Amino acid sequence: MSTVVLLLVTGLGLGALYFLIASGLSLTYGLMRVLNFAHGIFLTVGGYASWWIAVRLPFGDPWRFLVALLGCLVVGAIVAAAVEIGLIRPLYRRHVEQVLVTVGLALAFTALVQGTFGPDPISYPAPSWTQGVTQVAGANIPNSRLLAIAVAAVVFLVLSAFLRFTRWGLIVRAGVENRAMVAALGIDVQRAFTLVFALGGVAAALAGALGALYFGNIDPERGTATLIFAFIVIVIGGLGSFTGSALAAVVVGLLQQFMNYYASVYWGFSAAGDLSVVLLLAVVLLWRPQGLLGRSVG
Amino acid sequence: MLHQLRSGRSTVAAFVIFALLAAIPFVDFEIPGLFNGPLNGPGTLQLLALCATFAGVALSYNLLFGYTGLLSFGHALYFSTGIYVADILLTRYHWALLPAIAATFAAGIVLPFVLGAVSLRVGGIAFAMVTLAFAQAGSILVLENPGRLTGGEEGLGLDVTNLPSFLIGVVNTQYLYWIALAYLVLTFVICWWTVNSRPGRVGQAIRENERRVEVMGLNPFAFKLLAFTLSGFLATLGGIVYLLLLGGATPEVTTANLSLALLLMVVLGGAGTLWGPALGGALYEYLDFRLLKLSSSSEIASLPGWLRAPLAEPLFILGALFIVLVFFFPGGIAGIAGRLRRRPRQQPTAVDVEVQPEVAQ
Repeated sequence: MSTVVLLLVTGLGLGALYFLIASGLSLTYGLMRVLNFAHGIFLTVGGYASWWIAVRLPFGDPWRFLVALLGCLVVGAIVAAAVEIGLIRPLYRRHVEQVLVTVGLALAFTALVQGTFGPDPISYPAPSWTQGVTQVAGANIPNSRLLAIAVAAVVFLVLSAFLRFTRWGLIVRAGVENRAMVAALGIDVQRAFTLVFALGGVAAALAGALGALYFGNIDPERGTATLIFAFIVIVIGGLGSFTGSALAAVVVGLLQQFMNYYASVYWGFSAAGDLSVVLLLAVVLLWRPQGLLGRSVG
Repeated sequence: MLHQLRSGRSTVAAFVIFALLAAIPFVDFEIPGLFNGPLNGPGTLQLLALCATFAGVALSYNLLFGYTGLLSFGHALYFSTGIYVADILLTRYHWALLPAIAATFAAGIVLPFVLGAVSLRVGGIAFAMVTLAFAQAGSILVLENPGRLTGGEEGLGLDVTNLPSFLIGVVNTQYLYWIALAYLVLTFVICWWTVNSRPGRVGQAIRENERRVEVMGLNPFAFKLLAFTLSGFLATLGGIVYLLLLGGATPEVTTANLSLALLLMVVLGGAGTLWGPALGGALYEYLDFRLLKLSSSSEIASLPGWLRAPLAEPLFILGALFIVLVFFFPGGIAGIAGRLRRRPRQQPTAVDVEVQPEVAQ
């Protein structure tokens, strides 16, 4: 029983990280049909920026971590906005070239981080509370998982409220629905897009800092590695669907954790979690090509 | 490009170029700065053979991306299928060379056919992500080392006992070079023929406007699957050549970075042309090799830290170069060559496909 609870919570924790990356990815795709292959670098930026700030601060936790977290969110927003304005906007509506540019950026940036900070993982100065455990229904749950879940839940609620109740949210939702019509009504969709892009960068940077707690280190390759699962999540959830990506993130995180654990216990095969996620993707595509909550085929 | 190649002059040019390339093992002068040692030295021939192999694999990817408009991020899967299936059969199961190659051929047809049938159910960006996911599954499987077959992170050295003697050893590098060159010529001819065949033309029509092809009563899915399978098969062939050339497999060939590198090669050379991607593949491989050598050189080590970090990473230079290329030279090398050569009344070549505005949805 305690094993099931542990797997449930760690799976939700993993799903929380996926959701934080996938939400921005899904909205930018929905609004502008841009596949941002460089979205993973925002996660890397978040992890490394929060580490860089944390090791330089003179005071201790919890303030050190909170300040570092806040700093990395600001850096994430700035980097994301810079990428959108500098690299993606000039190629407006040339979707293939936008993908190509983000591919080049992802490769170059990852290489730059490797060259600057070294190719090996760097251990992360996590606050002592996040390294402890909490008893939930007889299972010892690492606090970093609980933190990831709580933060992702808050982000989900805040972003849902933003999309539902604000004017900008209305523009974004309408833009996902029918961009041409929104633009014809004289609304600057491009600005909404920059905003969504920056928000996505913030969410991914948050995932970078939380992922550093989750894994205990930062790694130049983690952005790309996590991005691949975020892609799977948004295809399963339905491209452009915010709620769909949240749902799919939870499903994928849980499936991955449970399969990883049981397959390695019973068959000694520890890659089963990752493979079953890809299999789930294939099944969803065969059964419902538009994804769980998507409406039209990509 | 197409009608030019058809004309006799281009055929002659192709013959002359490939004949010159085939003669390189007989040439022993040095080209200082470009290669270390004489042109027919084993090190140089090995590098040239690698360039030829990647030129061929880039051509196979171009069939998919350049000529059918399918942006796949999983082409490394089919390349590494060639490497790992042949390696496992030869090394782990001690098969003879020909049956092993035949079985790898079969895998190189069945795998892209099945995975293509699934991933082609979605189009555009979703297709890109799905191919990426399938390739990632292959990469994970290789790293996981099930039944100790793939060697995991260590890779799997090729057992050469069942190989003919001319394929083994540094002194025989010229034979491996000729095999790599033969693979490039074969891929080139198949691509040329495919592009000019009726299915190939339908593929190019799909790239331009899939809906119109559908309206004309043709089934785009079948043609896309055909292109996907052929392209995957040609990449598998390249994998076998690569395996013989390097004498083993390393898991790096299965990663997404290799798929992305193939995309870079094709765009670097010029998507949707024949010479472009071949040139792009060879040039990319050459640059990658030389930049790696450069990164460990003393000139780089003496630079200040802020400059050393980026210059020591070949992927940083290649990635940045790629961004510049997409912004300023969208047609790649072939596009630049076409622009230089184009006379005012000549009609635009297939290179311009990439920069055409997208059809309004």
